[in-house]
Amino acid sequence: MINEVLHTLPQVLIDGLTLGAVYAIVALGYTMVYGILELINFAHGEIFMTGAFVGTAILLTFAGFGWLASMPALVALVLVLVVTSVVTGLLGMGIERVAYRPLRNAPKLITLITAIGVSFLLQDIVRFIAELKNGNYILTGPSLFSGQIGIKVSSISSIFNDASVKSSFFIVLIVAVIMMVTLDFFVNKTKWGMAMRAVAQDRETAALMSVNVNKVIALTFFIGSALGGATGVLFAIQYGTIDPYIGFILGLKAFTAAVLGGIGNIRGAMFGGILIGIMEMFAAANLPVISHGVLGAEYKDVFAFAILIIVLIFKPEGLFGKVSVEKV
Amino acid sequence: MSLLRLEDINTFYGGIHALKGVSLEVNEGEIVTLIGSNGAGKSTTLKTISGQVKPKSGKIIYNGQDITNTPPHVTALTGIAHVPEGRRIFPRLTVKENLEMGAFSVKDKRVIEERMERVFHYFPRIKERLQQKGGTMSGGEQQMLAIGRALMMQPKLLMLDEPSMGLAPIIVEQIFEIIKELNEEGMTILLVEQNAFQALQIAHRGYVIQTGEIVMSGLGKDLLVNEQVREAYLA
Repeated sequence: MINEVLHTLPQVLIDGLTLGAVYAIVALGYTMVYGILELINFAHGEIFMTGAFVGTAILLTFAGFGWLASMPALVALVLVLVVTSVVTGLLGMGIERVAYRPLRNAPKLITLITAIGVSFLLQDIVRFIAELKNGNYILTGPSLFSGQIGIKVSSISSIFNDASVKSSFFIVLIVAVIMMVTLDFFVNKTKWGMAMRAVAQDRETAALMSVNVNKVIALTFFIGSALGGATGVLFAIQYGTIDPYIGFILGLKAFTAAVLGGIGNIRGAMFGGILIGIMEMFAAANLPVISHGVLGAEYKDVFAFAILIIVLIFKPEGLFGKVSVEKV
Repeated sequence: MSLLRLEDINTFYGGIHALKGVSLEVNEGEIVTLIGSNGAGKSTTLKTISGQVKPKSGKIIYNGQDITNTPPHVTALTGIAHVPEGRRIFPRLTVKENLEMGAFSVKDKRVIEERMERVFHYFPRIKERLQQKGGTMSGGEQQMLAIGRALMMQPKLLMLDEPSMGLAPIIVEQIFEIIKELNEEGMTILLVEQNAFQALQIAHRGYVIQTGEIVMSGLGKDLLVNEQVREAYLA
């Protein structure tokens, strides 16, 4: 049994890393908004989904005009990522302005329910538009990076099977890492990043320092949603087929990743995402093996949520969420 | 010349009438103190000035301009620095970042450094702790950092809300010494205190507030010897 697990390990790690990178960036959106507003923005999963649709729509349009064949895939990718980020960033900002800001001083539960409402709204709007344009709300985009690359892990040790990787794997991973590093730098090293942290810690006092709190909150939504939307594009490129409901489960898992890393903690969210991605892939590959076929691979989802429950019971502040010592 | 003037300010907190027609004046170069017991409306007065709370009626004139309904982040730009009650240091920002937040509106890095040097001149202890997280400092250090952070704005008017709260007498002594020094160098100060004795000793003038109303005002040294004040606040 151990041997079988080891055989598939290289493939599990590669698939898990890809999926984990997706979770990680979506988790960032949850954690940033939570950090600043103490709001679980349930609509964030739908922002991700909208990003996937916007990106795919752009690619399909390019393909329709025959431009896709004539431009390098990398150029198309960058173009799609940038446009989609701006669109979903503005969408996130708009949602904050219209749905959350008027409720800023309302009880948290009310904003939470509003967020769930926004999330249904986005699902249906996207579904409506997709059906109108396409006749079907399940969309398959043109594949940008379709090559397969074999990695001969077996040459390292014969206990491993060879892994195969879609070339889009590297794209997803590289873009994800660039986004995470850039965000980390922005939050920790720039003036507006500092303002964001200050607003998250004490909104009233930040305002006394001449920080326009509304602007910082809008900025937070823009960045979180832009990253979420861009990740949607990566998801569509990696997995091909999308529908308006992909944001729900994925959003929940990304949220789990954020809680796992300590909600409000940006680096924690990145780590939590990667960890959940790898564990989920591990479960998918090995559950049938370990349980001798009793549990199928489809039970993998249980894993993420079992982790959520365990974390909440034993370490409610998350792996990296410090119970910070604050003297009065 | 009057730098700040409140005219008949009425402020409500939910249903509570927290300030009932408060009028007061702070002249350029003065230390003015607002004393009163817990819940009398001292903090609300400062919050109304900085714009954290909106008054229902009345006027706030600062430097000749009406700033009555100005939001706090704009008030801060006019040169009013508000050191809030309980210091409100950003706990997970470093000491240095806390200071930098004070100079948020300043773009020139050199100016920020100059101001920081000036803060170190008043509070040398802060300099040794620049990389430490604000929340890990002692109460006295946090108060010094809170004042230092406000000084980074290079304010014309410094408003302090209970700087002595919860601090050892020797620290309170130091902080009041620095408030005096700042004033002697030309800064106008509005000091809210429960510690009336300390406050009246350094203040030029004082106001006594009671359940939202100014009930007495006068020179600091006169209030210090006033029978009613002695009985109510200095006993």
